Amino acid sequence: MNYVLKLIARNTLRHPLRTLLTVLGIVVAITAFGLLRTTVDAWYAGAEASSASRLVVRNKNSLTFPLPLYYGPKIRLIEGVESVSAAQWFAGIYIDKKNFFPQFAVDPHTYFALFPEFVIPPEQMKAFQLDRRGAIAGRKIVEKFGWKLGDQIPLIGTIYPGTWSFVLRGVYTGANSRTDETQFFLHWDNLNETLKKVAPDSANQVGIFLVGLKNAREAPLVAQRIDAQFRNSRAETLTETEKAFQLSFVAMTEAILLVIQAVSFLVIAIIMAVMANTMAMTARERRREYATLKALGFPVRFIAALIIGESLFIACAAGALGTWLIYPAAAYVGRRFGTIFPVFNVSDNTVIMALAATLLVGLVAAAGPALQASTVKVSEGFRAVG
Amino acid sequence: MTAVVEIEHLSKAYQRGGQVVPVLQDITLTLQIGDFVALMGPSGSGKSTLLNLIAGIDAPDSGLLRVAGVDITEFGESELAQWRAEHVGFIFQFYNLMPVLTAYENVELPLTLTHLSRRQRREHARLALDLVSLSDRADHYPSQLSGGQQQRVAIARALVTDPTLIVADEPTGDLDRVSAREILDLLESLNESLRKTIIMVTHDHLAAERAHIVRHLDKGVLTEQVDRPRPRGAGATA
Repeated sequence: MNYVLKLIARNTLRHPLRTLLTVLGIVVAITAFGLLRTTVDAWYAGAEASSASRLVVRNKNSLTFPLPLYYGPKIRLIEGVESVSAAQWFAGIYIDKKNFFPQFAVDPHTYFALFPEFVIPPEQMKAFQLDRRGAIAGRKIVEKFGWKLGDQIPLIGTIYPGTWSFVLRGVYTGANSRTDETQFFLHWDNLNETLKKVAPDSANQVGIFLVGLKNAREAPLVAQRIDAQFRNSRAETLTETEKAFQLSFVAMTEAILLVIQAVSFLVIAIIMAVMANTMAMTARERRREYATLKALGFPVRFIAALIIGESLFIACAAGALGTWLIYPAAAYVGRRFGTIFPVFNVSDNTVIMALAATLLVGLVAAAGPALQASTVKVSEGFRAVG
Repeated sequence: MTAVVEIEHLSKAYQRGGQVVPVLQDITLTLQIGDFVALMGPSGSGKSTLLNLIAGIDAPDSGLLRVAGVDITEFGESELAQWRAEHVGFIFQFYNLMPVLTAYENVELPLTLTHLSRRQRREHARLALDLVSLSDRADHYPSQLSGGQQQRVAIARALVTDPTLIVADEPTGDLDRVSAREILDLLESLNESLRKTIIMVTHDHLAAERAHIVRHLDKGVLTEQVDRPRPRGAGATA
């Protein structure tokens, strides 16, 4: 065993440049694989962070159609409903279009009770509730734009024209790493009062209702009850779990996701081929040595262990480094993505997949050369027919 | 006299491009313990093939091949590997040392297949290196040694397990005249002082002159035998 390890270690460093380049290739491939998987995860981050005890009620025809405000109290009375709040997509521009972050007009008294993952200091929450022009923003955008409590934040309306000015009254942080910290919340009342003056037809309407459940297991039943309540009304509803609601957005870009996933596996396949070529070249060069070992009486498994061990040693060392590099790379890319992917975290699943891919690369690359070196006859290895 | 290699009516052929090419035909040969035998013949005459068969790294198509009283043609691949480790010491034309191991480690390598302790392995390897006068080069890698020194390390590796026989395939083929003479002196000395049975394939008449028995092969057939004076009475019979 000692000699196997000694030979593996020394053989690995026999051609330092070749080993270095192979390691470099695997490091880049594994890091790229991890980044691509993290991008896919980021796409699903909203769905993953969603709560099983929340339902989203929207207009059955389309999300772009609103629901009447008076549906709220009716939903609250439906069996199984614990609480109800409303939200409206605002879509304002902060200075420049590239400074995108999601903005919602919400009910300041009920919305945050439904989202315990948004952690807000009580005094800031109170200040927000008391100020109709107040706003609460996520930690990441506050840091990004250098805002401070009390700052005036101007937003140019796209759906609701005009320049809107809000006062930052609170900053929320995520209760866990999956929480989106890039959202911006304003008073729905503030929006509605303005609409009553400038566009009365659009007043007293909300984009979605958010429903808190008494029992998460009753979600399908409660959803049916809500939709049944408004069947044949002027705005029929479609009620779904928050996860299903989030996944409906992901589904719109499913083709892109499939391409990213395919590329991530293609990267592994390419590096597998590169590594297999390296190991085949190595085994070819050492044909005489393997024949000598066999002649000396070393069993076939010893030869196979040398090749597989070297391949695994290179792959695992490079794979570990590549996997470790996923973290700083994802942090950098996450910052570059900004608010497009508010949650860009390397998941445990990605790390496991990267390490598994590393093992697979090492094993597959060694399989052919190990089999060939093990089965070749000693005399053929020497090419010595006298 | 004790026979160490007994070969009767042994034949071997290879398939080349769909054709059967006979390499050895009806070989009968007996070697005694302590023999120093040179196998000579032109390229393609089958001398290396015969050496490989005796060393158990190739199998005959027919005939009897007994080494130290054991019919090695009955062995499977793994049994044969184990048998080689215990009974055969190899010396190759191009030394075939592991380039990533030092001279000492190369010599110790075959001992890792035995049940010797680490300390015993060290003693055996040191002794073998002493026998070839290379103790001072124990920590050198093959690339730091001359051709003659590498071949001496290879001889130490062949000796270290105290094998029944030593097979040498053109041991001086890659060496200059001076180094070749040193290697042949060493082989001769091992044969005389340790009574090691040595079978050597060579093209070199000067090398063959060191052997007590010279057998010629031509087109896979043993032709003539030349016996030379030797210190002991062992001999080969066909």
